[in-house]
Amino acid sequence: MTNPPPARSPRTGPLFDRLFGWVAKGAALLTLFLLIAILGSLVVGAWPAIAKYGLGFFTSTTWDPVKEEFGGLVMIYGTLATSFIALLIAVPVSFGIALFLTELSPAWLKRPLGTAIELLAAVPSIVYGMWGLLVFGPILATYVQQPLQALFKGVPYLGAFFSGAPVGIGILSAGIILAIMIIPFIASVMRDVFEVTPPLLKESAYGLGATTWEVVSKVVLPYTKAGVVGGIMLGLGRALGETMAITFVIGNMNQLNSLSLFEAANSITSALANEFAEAGEGLHQASLIYLGLVLFFITFVVLSLSKILLSQLRKSEGAKS
Amino acid sequence: MSAVILDPREAKYARRKIVNKVAVGLSLAAMAFGLFWLAWILLETILMGVGGLAVATFTQMTPPPNEVGGLANAIYGSFLMVMLATFLGAPIGIMSSIYLAEYNPHGWLASITRFVNDILLSAPAIVLGLFVYAVVVARLKKFSGWAGVLALALIVIPVVIRTTENMLQLVPAGLREAAYALGAPKWKVILSITLKAARAGVVTGILLAVARIAGETAPLLFTALSNQFWTSNLGEPMASLPVTIFNFAMSPYENWQHLAWAGVFLITVAVLGLNILARVLTRQKH
Repeated sequence: MTNPPPARSPRTGPLFDRLFGWVAKGAALLTLFLLIAILGSLVVGAWPAIAKYGLGFFTSTTWDPVKEEFGGLVMIYGTLATSFIALLIAVPVSFGIALFLTELSPAWLKRPLGTAIELLAAVPSIVYGMWGLLVFGPILATYVQQPLQALFKGVPYLGAFFSGAPVGIGILSAGIILAIMIIPFIASVMRDVFEVTPPLLKESAYGLGATTWEVVSKVVLPYTKAGVVGGIMLGLGRALGETMAITFVIGNMNQLNSLSLFEAANSITSALANEFAEAGEGLHQASLIYLGLVLFFITFVVLSLSKILLSQLRKSEGAKS
Repeated sequence: MSAVILDPREAKYARRKIVNKVAVGLSLAAMAFGLFWLAWILLETILMGVGGLAVATFTQMTPPPNEVGGLANAIYGSFLMVMLATFLGAPIGIMSSIYLAEYNPHGWLASITRFVNDILLSAPAIVLGLFVYAVVVARLKKFSGWAGVLALALIVIPVVIRTTENMLQLVPAGLREAAYALGAPKWKVILSITLKAARAGVVTGILLAVARIAGETAPLLFTALSNQFWTSNLGEPMASLPVTIFNFAMSPYENWQHLAWAGVFLITVAVLGLNILARVLTRQKH
């Protein structure tokens, strides 16, 4: 007891330690709070429109800022239709790319091609949109729409799909550009998911004399199906919420009087991008926020499903290896 | 020929081989299809972009229709807002991921935060713009650079959380234990051991976040709006490269479209450059 106790590092030590922990916890809570705040602020902002139209908003096609009459069906249809076309094109292509990268590609090509696909997922969507408007649209109009129109001229029903001025904007162009944009997303998730398959399973199938296709369709796909669907959902989430790639080429017309794939239409995101900054406060703005709320809700559900499916795969992987 | 028909096993084998060939062929076609579009887009961006570039692009303000001008104010605005958004969002993201990786990785708060973070990571950027509009712009009755910074910071946070947490988890537990054994308090272990060991990964996360927000248009449309003039005043509407490109590309004026191509080229180069840099950094680590 002759020696004094060693000079304790100042009392601030443990205090600072706790403080640091609180800050970290606070940051995590803030992230959580963000989601709630976004939902809350959207509901509050959209309330005048929700109170006035309720669920009728989803069945009305009128969108008339002058008469203050609003219904969201045109935009919701546009968002769903473009995303559907995008998935129709992107899913098979992404599957093919993932198959190539995991099973067929020579080892020295795997890495550069994989990196290329991942880099392309990083290209900002405004690049795709501008290219679509100024380069792709005119080409689509001249070489696809006009021949189709000539072919189906006078054919009942089918002709309606291809009517419209040949300027290359509309649901189809938007869908195709969305597809090009989400192919890298879906392809890289599918590739990662395929690579989860234990090599032993694949090798035993090959050893029994299975062809590449049989290995992929009967071993890899069944093993990874939750993850594959999760990857598709992730791509769908991106497609639904994509703004710039669509806004450039969809034409921004609030009409739904024909089924034509080439008629100018509108989507939730492009309506927001084009009208929101100019919309007067009141019902117009509230209706636009209502649309945003619908979009957020749809993507929330889609992304949650994707997340759950992808984590299921990871769990089963842990159990089996 | 007849031998094939006579022997069902041979026939089946031949069919399996054909199916396989078709599948492999389609897969090759898919790869070519994907690369074709992407190569076309990049090529067009480079060709048109380089054609639109000039010294004036970097020195002059955005012009009225059919007059000579550049993108100087838009480039500056983008730079300023991206930088501030990163300074604002990255520390929050890093602290959050420290909680997720170091404090309570398996607790309910961590699981929910991870889930929510993944949703935010892919949430429509335009909805984040709506949120900032409702919370900031509508209150102050004014579009402003700060609102834009806030909207971009909301995108930075989830990107940083995702990468940083993954990188922190890669740090071997032995390192932490050794530091604890020496009597270091937790905050010191985290700051000077774990974070330091994961340094390259943390920087990568931040770079990826910068790359992501540099090209974002949607969240700026009704927060920062745009501005024809050079301004450093974040209380005022502020020009940014993506929004300027959007306005110019949609216009019928030829000089505006040229500038839009130049802008798209600059953004693409910046974003791809940052992504490649991020990749190089993490590769060195392994």
